[in-house]
Amino acid sequence: MNFLNPEFQIIRDKDRCIKCGACVRQCSYEVHVSDKDTGELYTNDINCVACHRCTSICPTRTLTVKKNESVYRESANWTSDYINQIFRQAETGGVLLSGMSNPQPYPIYWDKILLNASQVTNPSIDPLREPMETRTYIGAKPDKIEFDSNGKLKTKMPPQVKLEMPIMFSAMSFGSISLNAQKSLAAAAQQCGTLFNTGEGGLHEELMPYKDCAIVQVASGRFGVSKEYLDMGRIIEIKIGQGAKPGIGGHLPGEKINEDVSKTRMIPIGTDAISPAPHHDIYSIEDLRQLVYSLKEATNYQKPVSVKIAAVHNSAAIASGIARAGADIIVLDGFRGGTGAAPVRIRDNVGIPIELALAAVDERLRSESLRSKVSLIAAGSFRNSADVVKGIALGADAVYIASAALIAMGCHMCRQCHTGKCNWGIATQRSDLVKRLNPEIMSQRAANLLTAWNHEIKEMLGGMGINSIDSLRGNRLMLRGIGLSQKELDILGIKHAGE
Amino acid sequence: MKRIYAREQYCINCRLCECFCKTAHSVSKDIIKAHKTEKPEPVSRLFVEGDNMLSFAVNCRHCDKPACVEACITGAMVKDPETGIVINNSERCVGCLSCVLACPYGAVKAGNIAYKCDLCRGEEMPACVKNCPNRALIYIEGGSER
Amino acid sequence: MLKEGQVRIPSGCAIAAIMDKQAKPFSGSEIIKSIALMRDRSNGLGGGFAAYGIYPEYKECFALHIFYDNNQAKTLAEEFLNNHFDIKMCGVIPTKPTAGIKNSPKIWRYFALPNKIRLNSSGKNEDEYTARCVIRINSSIPGAYVFSSGKNMGAFKAVGFPEEVGEFYMLDEYKAYLWTAHGRFPTNTPGWWGGAHPFTLLNWSIVHNGEISSYDANRRYVEMFGYKCNLQTDTEVITYLFDLLVRKQGLSLETAAKVLTAPDWDIIDAMEQEEKEKYTALRATYSGALINGPFSIILGFDGGLVALNDRLKLRALMAAEDKEKIYFASEESAIRVVCPNPDTLWSVEGGTPVVAKVRG
Repeated sequence: MNFLNPEFQIIRDKDRCIKCGACVRQCSYEVHVSDKDTGELYTNDINCVACHRCTSICPTRTLTVKKNESVYRESANWTSDYINQIFRQAETGGVLLSGMSNPQPYPIYWDKILLNASQVTNPSIDPLREPMETRTYIGAKPDKIEFDSNGKLKTKMPPQVKLEMPIMFSAMSFGSISLNAQKSLAAAAQQCGTLFNTGEGGLHEELMPYKDCAIVQVASGRFGVSKEYLDMGRIIEIKIGQGAKPGIGGHLPGEKINEDVSKTRMIPIGTDAISPAPHHDIYSIEDLRQLVYSLKEATNYQKPVSVKIAAVHNSAAIASGIARAGADIIVLDGFRGGTGAAPVRIRDNVGIPIELALAAVDERLRSESLRSKVSLIAAGSFRNSADVVKGIALGADAVYIASAALIAMGCHMCRQCHTGKCNWGIATQRSDLVKRLNPEIMSQRAANLLTAWNHEIKEMLGGMGINSIDSLRGNRLMLRGIGLSQKELDILGIKHAGE
Repeated sequence: MKRIYAREQYCINCRLCECFCKTAHSVSKDIIKAHKTEKPEPVSRLFVEGDNMLSFAVNCRHCDKPACVEACITGAMVKDPETGIVINNSERCVGCLSCVLACPYGAVKAGNIAYKCDLCRGEEMPACVKNCPNRALIYIEGGSER
Repeated sequence: MLKEGQVRIPSGCAIAAIMDKQAKPFSGSEIIKSIALMRDRSNGLGGGFAAYGIYPEYKECFALHIFYDNNQAKTLAEEFLNNHFDIKMCGVIPTKPTAGIKNSPKIWRYFALPNKIRLNSSGKNEDEYTARCVIRINSSIPGAYVFSSGKNMGAFKAVGFPEEVGEFYMLDEYKAYLWTAHGRFPTNTPGWWGGAHPFTLLNWSIVHNGEISSYDANRRYVEMFGYKCNLQTDTEVITYLFDLLVRKQGLSLETAAKVLTAPDWDIIDAMEQEEKEKYTALRATYSGALINGPFSIILGFDGGLVALNDRLKLRALMAAEDKEKIYFASEESAIRVVCPNPDTLWSVEGGTPVVAKVRG
């Protein structure tokens, strides 16, 4: 007996259904079943995760996925989610896992921040008529620029990386996502003049053509890390934590370690890939400094070294320490960021929103005169270009997006990444599913998303009377809060709307 | 000439190509009517072989020297000298199915007469290619076929 | 109503400047005439002048011009000054009753040298020491406001139309080799004298027309280097940017101007390798100093001036030369009223600084 009440219900319009069976063949969760004898189609609603592969592929748009009408007795306290979770745990005795981002209704500050526009006293700028610059250089900046007596540049610039738009693709490893998905992101990044991030999974040989736009990650498992790997990336990123699961390591189950993943990660086929919760050579800030400089030394000081942390209560002080430890770039990942797999309790309860962490870190770095020495990247659920503009105005140099990029490639946020059955060919290593993601199509869609956002950013900049993203960075006067408490406004460093 | 090529690495066995081919070769050109009510039932001119692990759509290669045309006993099967498209003239076809036997690709479908791909009769993009959700079918200038 | 500094007030403006390249001093009546012509561009809520070369007898001393709202402010500020400076001479700045100039604060002038012992123990040079003292008075003594702190130069400002301000301070009786002037059109009525322009720090003075949209990015950038933007005005932050880039970081004025109005990336991309590296390094490093939005500014300093327009040329600024004199004004007519037929006359280009220095 299964105690669980199906979450979703599939409605099939029999008048429209042509019984082509595409839904049956496309559903990896075996929701759709074709009767062998009659050819009639049925659904096992209990298996449905609302990934919408069937509704999208159905040539006659026959199918509707609805919330199940069969309900438990309503309770504000004992919601059906909590009841179902207990049923699942009672059955398995295990930690609940989930994919993607924190779905709980915590405040989303992006939606409570409004942007400014020019009226009368200064003109708004039309991005179609005037140059509108979104190029950003990331990497440590010198204290000052010096010239010799002939006016020649004397200062040796630390390694800088040019981004044509202030949006990069966040870390998603080969293993957590498919090679086709990674390839699509890499190609889109190359097309748009920005970067993608290998995650902790090494760089697959098929991605070598894109190495110039790769951020190579070094995480606690050190999977795929070699001198060659470090040399290939534009930026080396030390991953300390991830917004979706601060304080937690990673676990890629052995069944996902096929030949390709094994080669790229440099581990035997079929073994679990376990990234420890901490780096076991970093138990304190001085240890981080050693790793930062080991990586710089190993790559001859040619590449910026980035340190990524999850946004937690003490982020501001930690970030200040990271800047002093020699990092060129600090990445802050907010608690609404996605993941390929995380314990539900961690994902839903640990960490803080990126907006608050970003504002606090930027302010702290400025008060300690460190901000201009490091680049600051924000991550953890940038859903649209307005979120990006607000993030940069709060103080970020650029942002990372991941969920948005996956959505562009078909992800419907069903949060089943951890099952490895992704019907969209994204979070899976099953070859029958991976091939559903054609990099020719999906790289273009991902690139289109970046291009579209960049256009929108330019429109918003123009409205504010700004023609370079440089003048938006940290320009909090362009922001106003709406419906926020004084404490929240103080932390964000912004005024309330109407002030 | 432009031909349809299947790329099995992207074929996801959804078989929408079959549905849209059938619709394109119906009288109503309406996908629901074509599948549910139209009589005689339209026939898809291509078909997907394989399963989820490995699949691809089989369709006529429109050969330079088509075996089906040589085998045809009535002259129904002809290769258009201008477009290169190999077409079975349903008025003349008597359903002997010699072409089905002769085709080295198994691309001619047997019914009461023989059915085969006509590249949607010169449409800019054949229906199967246009509606493939994963670009597993492409319509491009290629080399010669046999 | 909140006063300047407690709220950010955008303004439109008129600006003008006249300089003698041989550093020959001339009376303020000429600049008053020029700025008066542009009365339409101000609304009587602020006007002011900066004059260079006016205090030759005290040229070694910092000339501190201070507004006091009340006696207590004066007592506190003088206590601070006596602790930190040796005052060589002080007194009320002479004014005469003028229609349109009301509610005058007490206006005092001190010729001061940094206290040697304090200066030495501070580990700073004379300029930095004085700048910090000025910032400290302005941010910590309520009712006291140092509005001029350079050597052999001075700012004179008030709430009123600029020509009335000139009359009030009797500027026709001063002789300077460089005059700049400002008429203000704030979109609010602060009625505070400190908020009028020019804004000055040490020898820098700025008159500015425009409303910069990058204000908060610039403010938060300079505040990292120990500045405090008390007034929340564009001129204040632009002055600090110049001070930072030129005095503290050692960039040339031209280069500093090219940081503030950086060339477009398209232009940088098309440069020769060496230039490209230089400008890329400047833009990447000083991105927080890029000024955006419409502005035209005239920055006065010891021995010259820089005139600068925003990158898109969204504000008017004309320049003219006639023999040994160089003129700038928001409108051509304001130049022609004092110099009807200049040798050359041109519109200052967007993002292209015009630097004029006295000879020798």
